Amino acid sequence: MTMELDVFVGNTTIIDEEVYQLWLDGFSVADAVKMRLENGALGECEVSGEVLHSDTMDQYRTFQMCERLLHCPSKLANQLLFQIPAHHQAMLIERYYEFDHMFAREVLGKKLSKGTKKDLDDISSKTGIALKSCRRQFDNFKRVFKVVEELKGPLAENVQHHFLLSDLLAKDYAAVVFFANSRFETGKKKLQYLSFQDFAFCACQLISYWTVGAVDNMMDDMDVDLEKEFLHDLKDLKVLVNDKDMLDQHKSLVCSQLRGRIRVFTEMEANFKNLSRALINIASKLTNTKDVRDLFIDLVEKFIEPCRSDKWTAGDLTLFLTHYTSTASTLETFRYQVIWERYMGVVKSCILKMYHD
Amino acid sequence: MPGKLKAKIVAGRHLPVMDRASDLTDAFVEVKFGNTTFKTDVYPKSLNPQWNSEWFKFEVDDEDLQDEPLQITVLDHDTYSANDAIGKVYIDIDPLLSSEAATVISGWFPIYDTIHGIRGEINVLVKVDLFNDLNRFRQSSCGVKFFCTTSIPRCYRAVMVHGFVEELVVNEDPEYQWIDRIRTPRASNEARQRLISLMSGELQRKIGLKVLEMGGNAVVGYLQCFDLEGESGLVVRAIGTACTLDKISNTYAPASAINPCNSSPSKDTKDSPQAVPSALGCRSTHSSPVHSASSRLSQGFSVSVPTLLFAGMKHRHRSSEGPRARQCRAGFGEEAPGVPLSSGPPTPLRAQTFSSFSPSKSYSRQSSSSDTELSLTPKTARICLSPSSPTLQSKSSPIPTTKALRSTTPPPLHVSQSDTAMLRKSVSFSEDLLLAASGMGSGGSAGKEAGPLKALLRQQTQSALEQREFPFFTLTSFPAGFLLHVGGVVSARSVKLLDRIHNPDEPETRDAWWEEIRQEIKSHAKALGCHAVVGYSESTSICEEVCILSASGTAAVLSSRFMQDGALDMDHRLSRQQAPVFTSGTEKGEGDMGSSASLGFEDLAPPGCGFCHIPYDELNMPFPAQLTYCHCCRRFKVPDVLFTTIDLPTEANVTGKGCLIQARLCRTKKKAQGEGNATAISNLLPFLEYELHTQLMNKLKLRSMNALFGLRIQISIGENMLLGLASATGVYLTPLPSPGGIQIAGKTPSDITYEQHISNMQKKINDTIAKNKELYEVNPPKLFTLDPEAFRCINTELVEEVIGSPIPEPRQRSRLFRSHSESSDEVSELDLSHGKKDAFVLEIDDTDAVEDIHSLLTDAPTPPGFYSCNTEIMPGIYNWTSALQMFTSVRVFRLSNVNLTNQGLNKVFNDLCENLLKSLYFKLRSMVPCCLCHLNFTVAVPEDELIQVAVTAVAMSFDKEQTLENGRQSCDKTLMKAITENEEQLQFPLELTAESSSNPLSSAKGLSEVSGALPSARAPSVDYSSFTDRCSSWIEQLRLKAHTIRRGSIKTMSSLEKASPLPEGRSRSLRSNRSYAGGSVAVVKMTPLSFIPGTKIIKYLGIINMFFIRETTSLREEGGVSGFLHSFIAEVFAMVRAHVAALGGNAVVSYSMKECVFMENPNKNQAQCLINVSGDAVIFVRESELEATPPQPQSASTQTSSSGEGT
Repeated sequence: MTMELDVFVGNTTIIDEEVYQLWLDGFSVADAVKMRLENGALGECEVSGEVLHSDTMDQYRTFQMCERLLHCPSKLANQLLFQIPAHHQAMLIERYYEFDHMFAREVLGKKLSKGTKKDLDDISSKTGIALKSCRRQFDNFKRVFKVVEELKGPLAENVQHHFLLSDLLAKDYAAVVFFANSRFETGKKKLQYLSFQDFAFCACQLISYWTVGAVDNMMDDMDVDLEKEFLHDLKDLKVLVNDKDMLDQHKSLVCSQLRGRIRVFTEMEANFKNLSRALINIASKLTNTKDVRDLFIDLVEKFIEPCRSDKWTAGDLTLFLTHYTSTASTLETFRYQVIWERYMGVVKSCILKMYHD
Repeated sequence: MPGKLKAKIVAGRHLPVMDRASDLTDAFVEVKFGNTTFKTDVYPKSLNPQWNSEWFKFEVDDEDLQDEPLQITVLDHDTYSANDAIGKVYIDIDPLLSSEAATVISGWFPIYDTIHGIRGEINVLVKVDLFNDLNRFRQSSCGVKFFCTTSIPRCYRAVMVHGFVEELVVNEDPEYQWIDRIRTPRASNEARQRLISLMSGELQRKIGLKVLEMGGNAVVGYLQCFDLEGESGLVVRAIGTACTLDKISNTYAPASAINPCNSSPSKDTKDSPQAVPSALGCRSTHSSPVHSASSRLSQGFSVSVPTLLFAGMKHRHRSSEGPRARQCRAGFGEEAPGVPLSSGPPTPLRAQTFSSFSPSKSYSRQSSSSDTELSLTPKTARICLSPSSPTLQSKSSPIPTTKALRSTTPPPLHVSQSDTAMLRKSVSFSEDLLLAASGMGSGGSAGKEAGPLKALLRQQTQSALEQREFPFFTLTSFPAGFLLHVGGVVSARSVKLLDRIHNPDEPETRDAWWEEIRQEIKSHAKALGCHAVVGYSESTSICEEVCILSASGTAAVLSSRFMQDGALDMDHRLSRQQAPVFTSGTEKGEGDMGSSASLGFEDLAPPGCGFCHIPYDELNMPFPAQLTYCHCCRRFKVPDVLFTTIDLPTEANVTGKGCLIQARLCRTKKKAQGEGNATAISNLLPFLEYELHTQLMNKLKLRSMNALFGLRIQISIGENMLLGLASATGVYLTPLPSPGGIQIAGKTPSDITYEQHISNMQKKINDTIAKNKELYEVNPPKLFTLDPEAFRCINTELVEEVIGSPIPEPRQRSRLFRSHSESSDEVSELDLSHGKKDAFVLEIDDTDAVEDIHSLLTDAPTPPGFYSCNTEIMPGIYNWTSALQMFTSVRVFRLSNVNLTNQGLNKVFNDLCENLLKSLYFKLRSMVPCCLCHLNFTVAVPEDELIQVAVTAVAMSFDKEQTLENGRQSCDKTLMKAITENEEQLQFPLELTAESSSNPLSSAKGLSEVSGALPSARAPSVDYSSFTDRCSSWIEQLRLKAHTIRRGSIKTMSSLEKASPLPEGRSRSLRSNRSYAGGSVAVVKMTPLSFIPGTKIIKYLGIINMFFIRETTSLREEGGVSGFLHSFIAEVFAMVRAHVAALGGNAVVSYSMKECVFMENPNKNQAQCLINVSGDAVIFVRESELEATPPQPQSASTQTSSSGEGT
């Protein structure tokens, strides 16, 4: 004696957010039922497993039917099949496109290709996120990437426009797309301590200040790629370390500003040339795609690690970078103020973000 | 005569990819009507084609306009091979043919394919230019309105109810025509869809013709069904109630004075039956198999069930064909001399009642004293409407004379509350009447004399009804004063053997079958002393070549007020109308009674209890029943239990809340063929029916209730079993005696353990009864604690005096009562008029009884916060919120155990239904507190071991707080609303026209509406204005949306800024353009009820009647049977919504799923499903908006309401 068929269709599609989350998280119906029973969220109404199973099945079916529409969220609003209240539509879309930062961290900077997709089971076992869910998230990245890749205009806005996501989520997607496009190296062991949020912040900085769109007025800019011209101009900054006078002058200016204000003054004073060289070298090498990819590892290896070994505090670092940037502009012979500030603004905020354990 | 149909294909969207190579589609559209086909250009390589075609014009007969649907086929152009069909849209243009319904069809329709389901959408515009047809012999019936709603539609007024109309059309089923299967299933399914669409068009047209013949202009309670008889063909049949409806929109205008419709009903009205008492009863008969070819087998038999079923036929024909009313009256007056004439104080109320009837006529007439005295009681009920004394409401009427008099004091301003629009006219002279009436008194005599009067009255109305072949009404709720008495349920079933329909043009056999059954119903009704059957419906169940035809209804006595023979005699009425003041003046002496007689017309029997009074003769009862005096008026006899198929009348006196009661039964049957099978089935039927009734009765008692409304008994046949499902809403009718408990008795008292077992069960049952009393608030003490005011009423009744302040006492009282209630016979305390009731005794001497008891106790109570009923109205809940969720749920259960006993089967079936209900409660838990209304179960046995149950219902939330605090008050309000509704409806459109007069178009519309009282020809401006209205409101909506978007972005921006660590940075804020790209899909509400709480229906746009077939050859890939059906039902909803939206509507009311036939063949990975749905497309506006912004042009407010909702 079995239930052959069991459906429930409402004129207004009923959506249980809790079950939706379970579905998104890739749980099977049986597991979902178990979790719902355990959660005891249904405490007030006495329900049998049978009822719960039927309800869960039903919800899962609904989600499966909606999934097709969710791939193109704008369709959800003007399709006729499901009558879903606007706030539920927004919720469905937002949750569907939400991703685990753990997962995103793993994929960040990788090529969104079939090859990567094959490795998803590794990621799944590493992060403890169900494979199904990993696949959905990966496919979402890929789908967003494909749509946005060739579009002109601000990246996050494009994502938002096409996928009707919230501002924050759209920015996260912009970061993912940006990393995937530029293939930044994030997988090295030394970078493991950095979270997705750290990278997302950096990506946001890069997008805002270093891309073509950052200077051009949104007319026909591309947000996905860094501005070639700018990267080329960065070579000019070498003068700061190559010109010995300038280097000394720079150092003395910084030292005079920071004397007594930071705890690690002596270490700073001793290391100033190395630190400055490190930053300028990174800048001057950015014309090479390879070195662009290594931007973050370079920042960590060449700058952050030395500071950390000298036990700089975040406050020390902030003061140092602020004055390091500002004093250079006051150097008489230094003519690249604009480039310098554009470069240092981003590098400073990225370093500050990345400077933690 | 011709009409011009115009169609324009605008665009498509979301089309499927038809060309794999390019991932695009080269789509074009074929538009077909009748035999004419037009094509659009091919719009190459696009999934969102913009055809923007010219107007395709079809010049056609209006007969065709009614029969044929507009067929739109979307195809993919293929240069080399044949063009591939993407899908089709059928558009029923019937709504465009009535001047009052929709004027244009415009919108996005899902493109539907029987295999792939919905594949994109197409935007279409359709209009009709109709020329007036004055040909007397025409075959068309354009303009007759159809309503699924089984009550008078909300924005109409019934001028007259003409009666029963029926028709059936037969054809060969295309599915079975092609035995050699040359066609693909898809081709034959499309042919079926087309054919059925055609047949239902034809059927509607034919019914329309009948309506026109009767002088009506509408069909209410239109019920259309398909019988898929398999090889023998396809039958489409329909029944309905022909009415003359009058749109309530402009009666305020002086036009009303001229409008003859407003004048009162003609003479019969006044002499209509008054004091005819009534009782329950349910009769059913089965005629067993009659082979259609040779009617050799035709044994007939009837069943008698304790208190319920009635055996045998008692025709009690009153004096032949009833002399004309007037003479009767006179004669009667002489015959009843002993009746005390007036003796009471004058009552201003009388004028009030009077005003609600027609003028003049009545004066000349005499009255019996019983009229006079009775006329008081109704008053009380109406008085209760006044907000000042809300609590008295239901209780005051039962109180004997003294109190009744007391309650008659409220000022005559209540006049304005009386029920129909007629009133307005009468008001003018009501004051004179007041004077005239002042000399009159009321007698205190009991209703014994009612006997002869009853007979008389019956004669009179009978004369009106008897001329009808079938005095049947498919309505389930009635205008106030129409339903006088209810006798009980009458039903008939007949088992038939199907054979091929040889000549589709002559559907005589099927006609004869139904005729037979209807005759039987009619005679049952007669035996119950009733001349009419209300809440009438017909159904079939088919298995192989055996078919059960069933019909059921409620025997009733109706007021003839809305029923007249022949057409309206306008002159007559007008002349009558002219002299009201004279009459009242001149006839003063005799007029006293005259007016009271007229009062008595409907109000003789108080509205709250009148319908419960037995219509049959007490000494000559058609079945055994216990009669008692009515607990409300204490004058007339009422039965102890009342079963009906109708909705609970709004004015009924009900204690507590109601609940869904179901009896479920499953019986095995040997497999057999042909005649043998038919015989076996008809042998089983009576037992099935008997047991269903026993179950219903037990469950009713278990809930301490005494009446069933909306009773629907469905019997389905399968190859090896019979299923019976009876659903109804149980209530406690205050006028009826309180039901006794259930007592269990064993036959063998020797064994101690056995006795213990019995006493255990008895205790369980008693506990359940007590629990149920609490749950449904049918426990008076419970009421007291909640509501001291309510207490007062009953208290008064006890003490027989109105006590000033009731507050101090209640506590004590309630305690007292509680202890009584535990012994479960507090009734005797309250009840002064009748003695102790025998408890219902269940003997458990055999397994059947044990089973009964078991099933009694296994019904799980509804979870807290939920109520359920299968009627429109749930007694005790009045403050609905607008949250509303219509749903359909289908389950199929496979019985794997081949050798199941009846008992086992019963349990399985019972569990299936119970679990389904549990699931529903769980699904809808977020809506608590809520009530599942109109729970409509349909059972079927699609295959050997399958049981299918389909439910369609609506869940409606209500406000709990209010219910507790001022449930009574709000109850009054709703009652008042119900009664004053007409007036409100009058006002609204008037304001509308006044306000919109700035717009020349809409003012034109307003004008045309004002003049619309005269059956107006369609003014073209009407279409136009509503169209522009809609456009402008659409723009409005866009603007609104833009606004909210802007606001949204501001919020998010600021939050971003806060988060940004680089305040000096050129932070590029995201422009929040999360517009749901053209997300302008209008919300369309659906409900099986005839109304949407908190809203007012301002326009009926036409009937929705759709039939779909869906098939698949890749069942597994589509998610198995559940996935397949889930998407199909969702698609059906989507198509219904799209059609309603295209008509300009925002809701479907009286929605029902008539048919859901599911077949599967898992081995072949195939499945097929047929669904037939129907309902009325309407435009509603929220009441709150009406009040807040009355000047809003109609469609604008419609739009805001539709955008404002979301739940």
